[in-house]
Amino acid sequence: MSERASFDIRRMPGFVAIALATFLVLYAPIVTLVIYSFNAGMSVALWEGFSWRWYEAAMHNQQIQDAAVRSVIVASFASVFATVLATMAALGTTRVRPFRGQTTIYALINQPLMVPEIVTGVALLIVFATVKQATGYSGLGYLILAHTAFCIPFAYLPIRARLEGLDRSLETAAADLYATPWRAFRRVTLPLMMPGIVAGAMLAFVISLDDVVITEFVKSAGQDTLPTYMLGQLRRAVTPEINAISTVLLFISVAIVSAFFVLNRKKA
Amino acid sequence: MTESEISIRVSGVTKTFGEGASAFHALSDVSVDIRKNEFFTLLGPSGCGKTTLLRLIAGFDHPTSGRIELDGEDISQLAPFQRPVNTVFQSYALFPHMTVAQNIGFGLEMLDRPKAEVAATVAQMLSLVRMEALADRRTDQISGGQQQRVALARALAPHPKVLLLDEPLSALDYKLRKDMQIELKRLQSETGITFVFVTHDQEEALTMSDRIAVMNQGTILQIGSPREIYDRPEQRFVADFIGDSNFLEAELLTGGASGRLRLGSGHEIEASVPEGMTAPRRVSVSIRPEHAALTSGAEDAALTGTLKEIVYFGTDTHYHVALGSGGSFIVRRQNSRGVTETLEPGAAVGISLGPRSVQVLRD
Repeated sequence: MSERASFDIRRMPGFVAIALATFLVLYAPIVTLVIYSFNAGMSVALWEGFSWRWYEAAMHNQQIQDAAVRSVIVASFASVFATVLATMAALGTTRVRPFRGQTTIYALINQPLMVPEIVTGVALLIVFATVKQATGYSGLGYLILAHTAFCIPFAYLPIRARLEGLDRSLETAAADLYATPWRAFRRVTLPLMMPGIVAGAMLAFVISLDDVVITEFVKSAGQDTLPTYMLGQLRRAVTPEINAISTVLLFISVAIVSAFFVLNRKKA
Repeated sequence: MTESEISIRVSGVTKTFGEGASAFHALSDVSVDIRKNEFFTLLGPSGCGKTTLLRLIAGFDHPTSGRIELDGEDISQLAPFQRPVNTVFQSYALFPHMTVAQNIGFGLEMLDRPKAEVAATVAQMLSLVRMEALADRRTDQISGGQQQRVALARALAPHPKVLLLDEPLSALDYKLRKDMQIELKRLQSETGITFVFVTHDQEEALTMSDRIAVMNQGTILQIGSPREIYDRPEQRFVADFIGDSNFLEAELLTGGASGRLRLGSGHEIEASVPEGMTAPRRVSVSIRPEHAALTSGAEDAALTGTLKEIVYFGTDTHYHVALGSGGSFIVRRQNSRGVTETLEPGAAVGISLGPRSVQVLRD
């Protein structure tokens, strides 16, 4: 064998041990949670045999049903709105000549990634309280609006990446072949950026589905989403029912994020 | 050339990128008339402005000043989709989300032609470029040469008045390029469309074009048939860029279409002189290596010198001669079997020049 040409971290002492410990800390709790969701007993720490009972209980729990439906409604609207806005933002920041303040625009679009969620939550609470008082409206609109706002950067990043990888000469060719700017966009640019848009929407959906902090501040009475309902339950008795809901949420998220990676891997 | 024979007229076109001190003049006061049904080539090194001129004709850029006419109509300010002009891109720019047939039909579809007409034209184009069997393939599932033909068919399908080709053969290997050169000539004569072809390859330009415009540094130096450009280059750059050339200093004695010239050796000879050049004056002349021949004696030789080197090239042989009057000169001789080399380096040789072999340059 020839001498190693470059630094290889796998040869460093303790590499294997550190890697194993990291995976253990990351996944052991999740695996435990999933296992105990099938516990026949009342405990989340004492195994009493396999059973689907907590899944059945969760399915028949009216509060959980309501929270789940609410979560899906908010996530659907928020991800669609965020994706539309993010698509427009991506077009506006890549399909134009470089302009002054472009970096500032990037920073503003990605603001939710930088501002602590708790700060946004408090700020929205104050603003929405005023609006609620003035209008009397207290529906899901506030949650949808708030979720749309923090989902935008998650939708924006994959869409922009896709657009930047797109060969500009294709749009030139469309214009050369008698396509008006709108038709060139409809027939060439939009279909080619579609994988980015779908990926962005999926990411936004998962992020919205998962949110606790901002939802907790913004929701009105009786507007629990699945995560805030779970949080509320944990303050009282903890039963494997929580494990069951968590497991379902986990699988939905993993499925969507996997689909996101598969879509993103498709070359431009 | 009468007005009705002109397809594209470029008059006084200047294109400047950037402003102030950093401004770059891609084209400076370029004028050219391109005839209908002509295979016209813009030839020059990279950065000479040939692609910029093509983009101005296509409408991807607009001239800083000057105008571009198509069939007598000013099109300088029209958007690309408003011009009956199509382009074959260097990168082909095929739509990756469409099949071969959909790519070819795209232009007609954008012109809102009836579906039946689109289908009929696509079928016709597929057979024109011999791609019938691959109509339903995606464009990333076909070879580079096939992509090239699809790009051609796509640009020809709407039957444009002018087809622009931006170095379309540069990505192909040598053999394929040769085939495509013949194919392009065939397509041009079969469709009767004006072709404006951009290349930096002099051989491609010479073999395919009806006329060539040689460009350098944003200007057109000379326009003419391949034979005129090769045999009668009027500027040093043209003589140097296309083929090989010997350059000599000489004294122009009388002007006119064929003037008299005194070479450094004192020999007087007839030469072709660019229009409008007055005599007497000091000039540079260009002589193609194959337009000169070696003579053993010095009697009727135009130039004399010492043979320095003999380089064998297979099809021909190059003789490098150090001239008695200073400078060096290359003579090219076609090889044939049964002729043995009698000359050796160091021999005193004469160089005879044919009657129309000396071209006076403007610079």
